[in-house]
Amino acid sequence: MLGSRNPIKLDWITIFIYIALVSIGWVNIYSASFNEASTSFFDFSQIYTKQLIWISLSIVLIIFILAIESRFYERFSSLIYLVSLLSLLGLFVLGKNVNGATSWYFLGGFSIQPSEFAKAATALALAKYVSDIQTNMNEFNHQIKALIIIILPALFIIPQPDPGSALVYVALIFPLYREGLHFIYLLLGFIVAALFVFTLAFGVAWISVGIILIAVLIYFINRKRNKRTNVFKYSFIAIACIGFSFSVNYIFENILEQRHRDRFNLVLGKQVDNANIGYNTNQSEIAIGSGGWTGKGWLQGTQTMGKFVPEQDTDYIFSTVGEEWGFLGSMLVVILFLALIIRLLILAERQKSQYSRIYGYSVASILFIHFFINIGMVTGLLPTIGIPLPFFSYGGSGLWGFTILLFIFIRFDATNYVNR
Amino acid sequence: MRKFLLLFVVLITGLLFTSRLFYLQVYDTSAQISSDNNAIKKKFDYPQRGFIFDRNGKLLVSNQPSYDVMVIPKNVEPLDTLEFCKLLKITKSDFDEILRKARIYSPRLPSVVVPQFTKEEYAYLSEKMHKYKGFYIQKRALRNYRVNHSANVFGYIAEVNNQIIKKNPYYQMGDLIGKAGVEQEYEEILRGTKGINYIQTDRFNRVIGPYKEGIYDTLPENGKDITLTIDERLQKYGEELLVNKRGGIVAIEPATGEILALITASNYDPGLLVGRERSKNFTKLWYDTISRPLFDRVLQGEYPPGSPFKTLTALIGLQEGVIDAKEQISCHGGYHYGGKKPLGCHHHKSPLSMVGGIANSCNAYFCTVYRRTIEKFPSPQEGIDNWRKHLESFGLGNYMGYDLPAGKKGLIPTSNFYNRWYQYPKYKWYATATISNAIGQGEVLLTPMQMVNFTAAIANRGWYYKPHILKNIKGIDTIDSKYTKRYNTTIDSKHFEPIVEGMYDVYNKGTASYIRIPGIEICGKTGTAENFTKIDGKRVQLTDHSIFVAFAPKDNPKIAIAVFVENGYWGSRWAGRIAGLMIEKYLKGEISRKDMEEYVLNGSLEEEYAKPYSGETFNINN
Repeated sequence: MLGSRNPIKLDWITIFIYIALVSIGWVNIYSASFNEASTSFFDFSQIYTKQLIWISLSIVLIIFILAIESRFYERFSSLIYLVSLLSLLGLFVLGKNVNGATSWYFLGGFSIQPSEFAKAATALALAKYVSDIQTNMNEFNHQIKALIIIILPALFIIPQPDPGSALVYVALIFPLYREGLHFIYLLLGFIVAALFVFTLAFGVAWISVGIILIAVLIYFINRKRNKRTNVFKYSFIAIACIGFSFSVNYIFENILEQRHRDRFNLVLGKQVDNANIGYNTNQSEIAIGSGGWTGKGWLQGTQTMGKFVPEQDTDYIFSTVGEEWGFLGSMLVVILFLALIIRLLILAERQKSQYSRIYGYSVASILFIHFFINIGMVTGLLPTIGIPLPFFSYGGSGLWGFTILLFIFIRFDATNYVNR
Repeated sequence: MRKFLLLFVVLITGLLFTSRLFYLQVYDTSAQISSDNNAIKKKFDYPQRGFIFDRNGKLLVSNQPSYDVMVIPKNVEPLDTLEFCKLLKITKSDFDEILRKARIYSPRLPSVVVPQFTKEEYAYLSEKMHKYKGFYIQKRALRNYRVNHSANVFGYIAEVNNQIIKKNPYYQMGDLIGKAGVEQEYEEILRGTKGINYIQTDRFNRVIGPYKEGIYDTLPENGKDITLTIDERLQKYGEELLVNKRGGIVAIEPATGEILALITASNYDPGLLVGRERSKNFTKLWYDTISRPLFDRVLQGEYPPGSPFKTLTALIGLQEGVIDAKEQISCHGGYHYGGKKPLGCHHHKSPLSMVGGIANSCNAYFCTVYRRTIEKFPSPQEGIDNWRKHLESFGLGNYMGYDLPAGKKGLIPTSNFYNRWYQYPKYKWYATATISNAIGQGEVLLTPMQMVNFTAAIANRGWYYKPHILKNIKGIDTIDSKYTKRYNTTIDSKHFEPIVEGMYDVYNKGTASYIRIPGIEICGKTGTAENFTKIDGKRVQLTDHSIFVAFAPKDNPKIAIAVFVENGYWGSRWAGRIAGLMIEKYLKGEISRKDMEEYVLNGSLEEEYAKPYSGETFNINN
């Protein structure tokens, strides 16, 4: 383990993008949490100083991760996953409530958010199970087991409540698909999501009419090619879809809370924002939009300095980029994220072991869904879902969680490279 | 295929975000405005409004600090409402209502709770304000009137309304603007320019600091002090003389056109339109449609000028060569024309030449001159238009161009006017149809300001300066060039002597001889104008208006004056006395004819004014 004699070759492209994102992130946290009152740069009550400490400690963490042999992670995947689940369960007993969510442990002056670490643990466990020689992704039995691995941490996170962090686990359907899960599941997931959105946007009646029309159309097209097409199959699918649409409507109107309904309705344009429910998104769009081509300059953003965007140093950090660095700065960040994810996909594909490939795919998927939901929310394309922007948002647990997630894969890749 | 799905999704997402960011940041520029509205507040630095002085340097209008209690509803914390209301001298229900409205207007922006506390009240309030979070005191400047007269000259200042804000972007909600009088006319000079500080605020509307270190900020520029041509003592005296009467007095210096006094009655104390009682008082003045204190009778009142107009008839006759000053015209108790009822005249000796005609105000004399003037031309249309041309050169029949925002054109009829009136060419009309113009009755209407202007032109023997009220702006030595330009009338100066002689005789031998002022050579002309009103839709004649125009001294005149007293009957009874007193006051500084002063000061026409509203039949001209 420590002091391994094997020379390792690190993927410096990924590391470079990581350094770039963390540095740019910190510069923007500095701006978002800037206040004139603090004169000293080393004022430890300041958020940017704290984040600088987390970043410095990450370097120690990275050295530690890289020093450990790949085989260690593989062997102890299950154990790590189990510890992670226990840490999530422990929150119900020992957790500390911050802003209405019991997501934190409080340890001698530091808060730790176990859900940030659970992502890496789940990815390890999933890779371990799916890469097992006996696992076949086309068997229903195994599909269910893989699903349980993914869904357990999410189930523990939802009641904290932190639905945003739980939603991240949806991303793990991508590695499963890569490893042979039938396309029909993705299609099903897509149809479910589409039906959900369309039902909310247009109402059950129109959706039902639309489903019947499409079903009839597909039936007649198929009948031309194949005389023996069964009319009952189409009816069943159509009825199932309509039934789902009705249940969505029911859940939306009766189970979700008003604030959730408001968020959806605002994004779908069904509700005029009189009560300023969309204040966060609105302010975020104003901040980003006022940046123009090149932005107002560092520490010159009037919205950022005036703290108009709530939670601007955490979930809404991208609005600072938009305001102070403009379209060009925003695009740089977007391109860095795209480059990182694509680089990870390339690296994953070149892994020799299935285990590290699945893990690499999981890392790329998790980073992608964070990126997708966060930027989508901040630019007003998605409803408000509280989820941090990896490497950017303020927070020690988040930064460390993503750093561990990423560098375990870099360690795997380094081993893979050497063995080749 | 399985290898590329996620890659494909990632690239699509990249494309989606790129276009979204492009739309938000580059294509849609509205966020720039919202962002400025959010974070950059303009704070105005109000300049000191200019002072107003009289021609002798006496301070008439200055400023006083006033203190508004303001509220930012968002910052209000629970408070002892009863105690606070007691402090502000309002009831709890009023307080709740004010706070409710302020919240509706804006929870973040300040609203006025109680405006315009005095300095003394402020001293007491400011000690206690710290207890009431969200409330604060804002200092503003209000007018401080050092005199209780001349409200019509000053005008007043008031908060701008939405129309003004829409028309002129300089003004913001709560700004003050001059309305009426010199406050309106010289608004831009008096108000100065407010300074703007751009302040960066946070989401709680708290100030973070100056925006961009204040590079866009501007400094306020104080308003300039102005000096009026008004003589404060004369103005004050005139208002005293008009107590319990309605009418106007206007005096100008013939050599310059400077307005020495501009008095209208009824009037009001300018101090009424300052402070917390302002809107209550204003409403009261606005709705007084009987004595109409906001109506400037000198500038806006159009009256038949009566006999003083005869001087103009005579001048035009001389200029047109239709009469010689020495020619005598006989009067047989009036002017007879067209076999109808004659235009009557009072009893006097006959025949009379021009000087005597003016001194005795003989109607027959001037009707003869007027008819000759019109009939000199082949058609009455040409005659009337030529007659009008002469009158226009005296500044009559149109706006005069003085520097006050109120005014009327008066009426000097044109040939078209009569063509329409008599439906020409279906019916023809002749000089005799307009004969009443000769003696200032008929269709002719003048404002008292126009009357004093032609009097000044007579005093100058043929020219005048446009009347104006601004003598000087501090720091700027020139005034508008149109007030330093001499306007010549169409009458040659040699024709004025008989008129001036006639007016001199009015005072010494004629209709006003009993109100002579010893030691001053006054030239004047009495006037008595018939007038009518409608009671229950019926035309009813009221007591004649008392009119007097005069200038003094006879040579090198220092003052020209027109006095107009509504329903005062004989020109000499009220207007003549007042004119004499004003002239003496101005030229000598004190009054020698105490009997006359007493008569005017103690006299009242209120009974006369009550007659049409009494609902009973009444006698006039007594």
